[in-house]
Amino acid sequence: MRCPIFSFCTDPDTLGQLQWFLCYFTTAKHAGLYVAVGTVLLLLAVTAPVALGFGFAGAVAARSSFLPLTLFGRGYIAIVRGVPDIAFFLFFIIALDQFLEWIRHSIKCPDWTDPIRQGNDFVVCQAAKLPLGTAPQWVHETYGFALAVFTFSIVFGAFAANVLFGAMQAVPHAQTETAAAYGMNPRQTFWRIVVPQMWVYALPGLGNLWMVLIKATPLLFLLGIEDIVYWARELGGIKTARFTDYPHGDWRMWYFLALLVFYLAFTKVSEVFLDRVMKRLTHGQATAGGEAQRKGMA
Amino acid sequence: MSCWDIIADYGLRSIGIGERLLPRSDFTLCHQFTLIGSGMIWNIYFGILALITGFVLAVSLAVGKASHNTVIRKTAEWIIFVFRGSPLFIQFFFAYFLFLSLKQTFPVFSPLTSAWAGALVVLFLNTAAYSGEIFYGALQSIPKGDIEAADAYGLTGLKRFRRITFPTMLRLAWPAYTNEAIFLFHATTLVFFSGFPAKRQQGDALYYASYFADKTFNPFVPYPILAGYFIVLTLIVIAIFGAINKRLNRHLPQQQMSKIRLKMNLIR
Amino acid sequence: MKNLVLTTAAIALSAGMAFAGSHSVVRMGTEGAYPPYNYIDDNGEVAGFERELGDELCARAELTCEWVTNDWDSIIPNLVSGNYDTIIAGMSITDERKEKIDFTTNYTQPDPSAYLAMSADVDVAGGVIAAQASTIQASYIAEMGATLLEFATPEETIAAVRNGEADAVLADAAYLGPIAAESADMVMLEQTVLIGGGVGMGIRKSDSELRDKFSAAINSMKADGSLNALIAKYEIGEPF
Repeated sequence: MRCPIFSFCTDPDTLGQLQWFLCYFTTAKHAGLYVAVGTVLLLLAVTAPVALGFGFAGAVAARSSFLPLTLFGRGYIAIVRGVPDIAFFLFFIIALDQFLEWIRHSIKCPDWTDPIRQGNDFVVCQAAKLPLGTAPQWVHETYGFALAVFTFSIVFGAFAANVLFGAMQAVPHAQTETAAAYGMNPRQTFWRIVVPQMWVYALPGLGNLWMVLIKATPLLFLLGIEDIVYWARELGGIKTARFTDYPHGDWRMWYFLALLVFYLAFTKVSEVFLDRVMKRLTHGQATAGGEAQRKGMA
Repeated sequence: MSCWDIIADYGLRSIGIGERLLPRSDFTLCHQFTLIGSGMIWNIYFGILALITGFVLAVSLAVGKASHNTVIRKTAEWIIFVFRGSPLFIQFFFAYFLFLSLKQTFPVFSPLTSAWAGALVVLFLNTAAYSGEIFYGALQSIPKGDIEAADAYGLTGLKRFRRITFPTMLRLAWPAYTNEAIFLFHATTLVFFSGFPAKRQQGDALYYASYFADKTFNPFVPYPILAGYFIVLTLIVIAIFGAINKRLNRHLPQQQMSKIRLKMNLIR
Repeated sequence: MKNLVLTTAAIALSAGMAFAGSHSVVRMGTEGAYPPYNYIDDNGEVAGFERELGDELCARAELTCEWVTNDWDSIIPNLVSGNYDTIIAGMSITDERKEKIDFTTNYTQPDPSAYLAMSADVDVAGGVIAAQASTIQASYIAEMGATLLEFATPEETIAAVRNGEADAVLADAAYLGPIAAESADMVMLEQTVLIGGGVGMGIRKSDSELRDKFSAAINSMKADGSLNALIAKYEIGEPF
């Protein structure tokens, strides 16, 4: 069963070089790679706002004067700082999965008497499995992806919280004092004065975080998702003529070169875009950047 | 088997001394502490060597990026962009395959396909690019007065760089450079998860931690042990760099000393 | 490399759990990187000896099957945690694996493992030998005392020999055969080693009903000669 995109692809052995490559890059197997690129973009698109949300919540919590909350935040940041990030990812995703199953286990199987940890094994009842053993394949894949997104969001949320907290503190005091003088309560001051003004202070940090997030996406591979690294390795490997119409030698170097270029291009585009946004945001602000812009115009 | 025996058998396992086979069953806490600790030898090896060699290139890159010569400036800018703009993980993979094909035409490159040399080269270039950017930023913020004063004293060229520009740059960049050093050590854990194969099951700390997590299905022991080792390593790095920072700033009044503030910059 | 849900290594719940019976879809876990046993073809589908075999077995056992790929090094943990229901990935039956999972009856004869090297006079005992991590070959080399170089995928082990990383690779003869046939520069060594007890499907210990169904189907294929035909087609060792 084959349905090539180009009609001349039916017999690859006879093709000229250009056509051969055209056919090669449009095999259904390569679609796996292109889908994986989509997965990376999807991961970024979902993680960025969710992490920002977590970060905002974290920053608000950190501003509260409730001591345990502050301690929790500090301890968390200290651990993320002190420990290599992949170790954190590898650990967190397993811990999260076991935690969710443990919760479901406690709810769904209350009369289970055996211990959850039996020596080396982690045992929950079948009904608590996530996803259920009988679920179709796409549920398993979506669950895996969702766990990855959540892990990324938690980790990056902590970093975003740090940036946003700093930005909230950076809003000039005179502004909040004036608001108080106008009779605004703390909640009004926060939403009407602090939040709209903090973004210009937060943007450099958030932009930096975005770059870091882009560069963190290959770690999906370590979490067992069939991502671009997986496909680059699989597609680039030596293929013998017996098992494919497109035999070739070891091309993994070229596939990884392509990934390298993909990431560099992505970073460059983001850099240019963030620069523009920053210019727009600083416009008319009472900051050094805004002042420089004003002088430049004059 | 007592814990001392295990340490004797596996303490240097990661560099090929001691027991040949990894433990297969009956994993004790002692096994995990010993083997993961043994793997730290690799992390420290990569970290220290990349840091020292990377420092030299970083200073050249910073000076190059600040240079008035277009060719030099562009070259430095590109090296910095390529290594800072792409994931280290992909760099490792690419470098490994690149070294493999280079080796076929030039046998000189053959050591580079093993982790001890190949991964070190990647880490060296990577940290040089990151620190180069830090040093460049510091170069740009050297007070104008310092340079003018140097001119007034008749210092020029290399002499001015060595006596005035370089020490000031280093002093200004040091807090950020400390961060870079910490995260370089963290980045060393990626080596054996990329293309570079582990020879004779000799890997770094994360290699053994994930070996145990795999065999025991229990991540709650090996990863916290690994975390513990790295937190200790981080504290040592901070202590050493803090001492150097003190020395760099010793001529300044106490309150002007730039304190090392840890910045977070996660994955590279 | 680690797979997501290697976590929930549930040891067998007692066989009484109406679990095996409730399989609406049986999910077949394979590696997809070990031709001719299993590989991903140009259409992105799982193909090879085990694809044909598995489809036939499912038809005979009247089961609906779905194919899933998973990295080799986490293929057992993910079976146990219920990510799929069978392992059909050229996995030899060994005592060590039997402690964690059950196997169906074997569907290939014990296939000798062979060495592939760049020259015929390689010293396999004292040299550097590449093998896929957590395979019977890898543990054989580790015990034998040669220098083991571990890779995550079988493909990388071959590349390692080509590139001079390793002196030879040890793998199933059926896997090395087509590669040796296509590359003029590589030779299979005369010397072979017999490890493992043939290839079988790995199944959770709690799923004895499913195991028996597949064993019965395999036996029926052995009986009518269709299994031997498949073995001959893909050149997987000796017939039954």
